Amino acid sequence: MMDIGNPSLYRRRKAVNAIGLTWSMAAMVLGLTVLLWILFVLFKNGLAALDWNMFTQSTPAPGSEGGGLLNAIVGSLMIVGFTVLVATPIGIFAGVYLAEYGDRSRTAEVTRFVTDIMLSAPSIVLGLFVYAVLVAQVKHFSGWAGSFALALIAVPVVVRTTENMLRLVPGSLREAAFALGAPRWKVATFVTLRAARSGVVTGLLLAIARISGETAPLLFTALNNQFFSTDMNQPMANLPVVIFQFAMSPYDNWIRLAWGGALLITLAVLVINIVARVFFREKVPS
Amino acid sequence: MSTTAPASANALEIRGLNFFYGSFQGLRNIHMDVVERKVTAFIGPSGCGKSTLLRTFNRMYSLYPGQRAEGQINFYGRNILDAGQDLNLLRARIGMVFQKPTPFPMTIYENIAFGVRLYENLSRSEMDDRVEWALTKAALWKEVKDKLQQSGLSLSGGQQQRLCIARSVAVKPSVLLLDEPTSALDPISTGKIEELVHELKNDYTIAIVTHNMQQAARCSDYTAYMYLGDLIEYGETKEIFMKPARKETEDYITGRFG
Repeated sequence: MMDIGNPSLYRRRKAVNAIGLTWSMAAMVLGLTVLLWILFVLFKNGLAALDWNMFTQSTPAPGSEGGGLLNAIVGSLMIVGFTVLVATPIGIFAGVYLAEYGDRSRTAEVTRFVTDIMLSAPSIVLGLFVYAVLVAQVKHFSGWAGSFALALIAVPVVVRTTENMLRLVPGSLREAAFALGAPRWKVATFVTLRAARSGVVTGLLLAIARISGETAPLLFTALNNQFFSTDMNQPMANLPVVIFQFAMSPYDNWIRLAWGGALLITLAVLVINIVARVFFREKVPS
Repeated sequence: MSTTAPASANALEIRGLNFFYGSFQGLRNIHMDVVERKVTAFIGPSGCGKSTLLRTFNRMYSLYPGQRAEGQINFYGRNILDAGQDLNLLRARIGMVFQKPTPFPMTIYENIAFGVRLYENLSRSEMDDRVEWALTKAALWKEVKDKLQQSGLSLSGGQQQRLCIARSVAVKPSVLLLDEPTSALDPISTGKIEELVHELKNDYTIAIVTHNMQQAARCSDYTAYMYLGDLIEYGETKEIFMKPARKETEDYITGRFG
């Protein structure tokens, strides 16, 4: 029999351990329950709404039967797509600047501060901002305005993840490249950015996941469009706003479509997150 | 503070070198010559300034604001501490290998070609030859010749370090700085790298920092003993190890201190 020292101290430690473990397990179960509950409700209503028409027809007019989400799906893809096209280069360049060039300079510190504020800015404020500076000026809603508003959300995410991932690259790797006589931009592009690329791509994917479900900024910018349109200069249908409007409508088929749209967005975000995880795990910089 | 003046030419002549990390003085009034095509070892307890000294030879410290050097380091007649010195060109001529292997996240072939491409425009076949030449020099060719397109990270630690040496050799520098190149390696890999150092000194001037006294004794021609930022003693390795002139050197080498 092993000596366990003072028996009362030992019992006390066991008891404290049991209490701590119980609380943390309870917290975990609570969190998980809520998540599963959301998913359960979403799948129950969403799966019932899924049919082929959803992908072939556009949103129905008030009072008409059936209809689908084609215009909203295409609109969301286009708005998010253009956002990514704009946000990726800006975000990555700024992140590289912060990690490789700016470091602790005043410009870099200010950039970091502004980025952090942008990260936590309520998205509805960003939507209102774009409304004021773009929509109100040209006097109509448009897909471009929607992309602009989403880019304001995505860029800071990409900037900070890019910077953080580059900072994970060991300084010795940077020094090794400099020691060969490589100029700074080559060190940044061919060595550090390359070493951090899986992390940078993960950041991009997470930014996409983040903006896919944003509704508030699109309400004031892309608005909605009942008809199929690929003209970024016009108001554009998109899943979040369609869900927002249809879910509160009195029409059964609209409510059904809202559930279907919600399921689609959730599935898309889920897939993006899983891809990001797999990507990050496989090629994490050693 | 003896300055040996051997018969052969000097690759580096260090005169009155002082080095500062901010307000902390890391090196004090260093005078010494690094002899061409010889191996010079730097020994001394941790924090004595041997790595700091090595990092002044290729101006590595210039990457970090707040670090500065005063005095002269003449590299074949030119003071590399001059403000006008092009650092990239300097580092292409004075290569460096670090304590931990640092293969770039690319193929073995690209690891070598990366540095070469910076300053030379070679055809595909010339580049192939250069890669083979450098890997052969680093005694790695036989082990990797069938997997040049694999990631450099897939190699073992010892192989990675030889890849790093090959990478430095590939750009044909005249001086090679080795900063504790074997401290992260097992004895067999260490042995291979020591043999390599012996081979390489036919073509290159080598400066090596080491914590391993036997290593300094085995593979260097000259040894510098440093302590707290001062160069205590510098001379031919056999002199330093057989009959050091200074008591401090003897204490360190015999293990009574450090």
